[in-house]
Amino acid sequence: MSETSVDAAEVAKFEAMAAEWWDPSGKFKPLHEMNPCRLHYITSQIAAEFERNIAEAQPFAGLRILDIGCGGGLLSEPMARLGAEVVGADAAPKNIPVAQIHAEQSGLAIDYRNTTAEALAEAGERFDVVLNMEVVEHVADPAAYLQACHDLLRPGGLMICSTLNRNAKSFAMAIVGAEWVMRWLPKGTHDWQKFITPDELFDLIRRAGLEPLDRKGMVFNPLAWSWSLSDRDLSVNYVTASRRPG
Amino acid sequence: MDNPAQLPILPPMTTDCDVIILGGGLNGPPLALALAQAGLSVTVIDALPQAIRADDAFDGRAYALALASQRLLAAVGVWPAVAAKAQPILGVRASDGRVGEGPSPFFLDFANGELEEGPMGFMLEDRHLRQAFLAAMGTTPGITQISGDTVVAQETGPGGITVTLASGRTLSARLLAGCDGRASGTARRAGISRSGWGYGQTALVCAIAHEKPHEGIAQQFFTPAGPLAILPLTGNRSAIVWSEREETARAIQALDDEGYLAALRERVGDYLGTLRLEGKRFTYPLNLTLANSFVAERVALVGDAAHGVHPIAGQGLNLGLRDVGALAEVVIEAQRIGEDIGALDVLERYQRWRRFDSTALALGMDTVNRLFSNDNPLLRAARDIGMGTVNAFPGLRRRFIREAAGLTGDLPKLLQGRAI
Repeated sequence: MSETSVDAAEVAKFEAMAAEWWDPSGKFKPLHEMNPCRLHYITSQIAAEFERNIAEAQPFAGLRILDIGCGGGLLSEPMARLGAEVVGADAAPKNIPVAQIHAEQSGLAIDYRNTTAEALAEAGERFDVVLNMEVVEHVADPAAYLQACHDLLRPGGLMICSTLNRNAKSFAMAIVGAEWVMRWLPKGTHDWQKFITPDELFDLIRRAGLEPLDRKGMVFNPLAWSWSLSDRDLSVNYVTASRRPG
Repeated sequence: MDNPAQLPILPPMTTDCDVIILGGGLNGPPLALALAQAGLSVTVIDALPQAIRADDAFDGRAYALALASQRLLAAVGVWPAVAAKAQPILGVRASDGRVGEGPSPFFLDFANGELEEGPMGFMLEDRHLRQAFLAAMGTTPGITQISGDTVVAQETGPGGITVTLASGRTLSARLLAGCDGRASGTARRAGISRSGWGYGQTALVCAIAHEKPHEGIAQQFFTPAGPLAILPLTGNRSAIVWSEREETARAIQALDDEGYLAALRERVGDYLGTLRLEGKRFTYPLNLTLANSFVAERVALVGDAAHGVHPIAGQGLNLGLRDVGALAEVVIEAQRIGEDIGALDVLERYQRWRRFDSTALALGMDTVNRLFSNDNPLLRAARDIGMGTVNAFPGLRRRFIREAAGLTGDLPKLLQGRAI
């Protein structure tokens, strides 16, 4: 879709959708609440792998980062703000102009595309970092998808991948709790059968030719009403880092 | 669809700076220093010309800096410039007194040795603190100062906030920090309402020179009309903060210097020998004012703009510096993970951190004032016994001292003397 094909009414609609995506107490509230925790993990892993100092201005300058399933740009924008050259990819066409409008309002240059990891890999695109956050549990063929993620990385490149564990607790928390009771997410957002245990994910990652580096749990504390990283508790949400050798 | 676009490596600057700070008094400058030292670009706007703010004459105003506040000044690099001009507070004595009767036999007596971190605080003259702030801001890269101009309008947009100055100039930033005092225009323009009430009391403030040394001891007398604090300055000088009922204060302020000193002598007693006035005499009507929110989209309120408290125990400045430490930490951490520093969910972290603490303290000070500004004989007996009790138990005493030194609660890193 090119910008010239979008009429004024469409733009107004997309602006409203962008405002909705970025409203911290709106429809995407759970994602906003989790975002600082995800960003802490992503930025510290990238800084460690590429020897960047996050206390400096534009620490990720010179890095090319792909955000798969970028939605409204909740991860793409922070990466661009830290100086990276960012491509945001989303399979849902309506998300692209929404994310574009918000990036423009924020004064950020981000290359949003309506495409998939597989299509980008096939086109020969290469990145220093691939952000693969809460996507793998939604794809039809995780092995083929992770192979595409591998192909998208330059040798020495970093993949950050988060997903949901599959056990009784994750069923209670992510399906019963988040979808049925709290209504944080629409019913049917997740198919528990497709959740992956950390060991299964590391196995898939290795088979795709990547080298697992780290894994941490992301734990919600209802008293502090905030998310934090955990070395031990990977029972529901967890995040991993792996590297393409070379 | 596949267009490896010619993206610039650095995103375009769409705002003039990262943060605009309105108010160059006691909270704006340390906030500017902390943010600029972390690499943010900051513009500080103050209504007064620099020459007036840097005036070297002692006007009688001084502050009791808690130990934690001193650490913040050290962390932002201002402490070395004022250290030699600060008087360490080596002890605090609080007692219940009535005009003509002197202090009651029961009193709280805190000595310095009871706190392992050092003196529980310092007395610092307003002029020295202001001069040090201005000098540090002038030599810190990333800080732009606009003096002698005021903000007449502010507008929040999706990517930033724009302020219009009286001079006609406009400036934009990702975040506007309102350090503009208890009548905060930043809060009013953001649509943040306030709650508060007066006490029917006025604080008389001045500095005195005296014959005998104060030994570094801060004295607080609770008189029926209100508290009277005698706080040690360098040399044989002390700062006086003296609360009286409105009409009494007006009458005392109207006296000539001799009459004023006579009224003061009657309350202080003669432990300091002969007294002489130094600098000007000030009056401040006492009232409590709390902003109903400390933040709005792209706006954060700091210090008196968020919570103007009763000046008992000099907690106003110390509370403000806690705000400075917390806001700087929240903003710098958000910046380092790529978040939009003016986004409401980022600023709400600052509000969650500071609001309970400062509101509790504001209301606590209010309760102390109401309890002590009273001549009911039963209440008087109760508080004498209460003070004697606190004094007798080391655990309770320690809590009081640590509280006064500002070392309790969830301390921002800067107030622990640590870098963010």
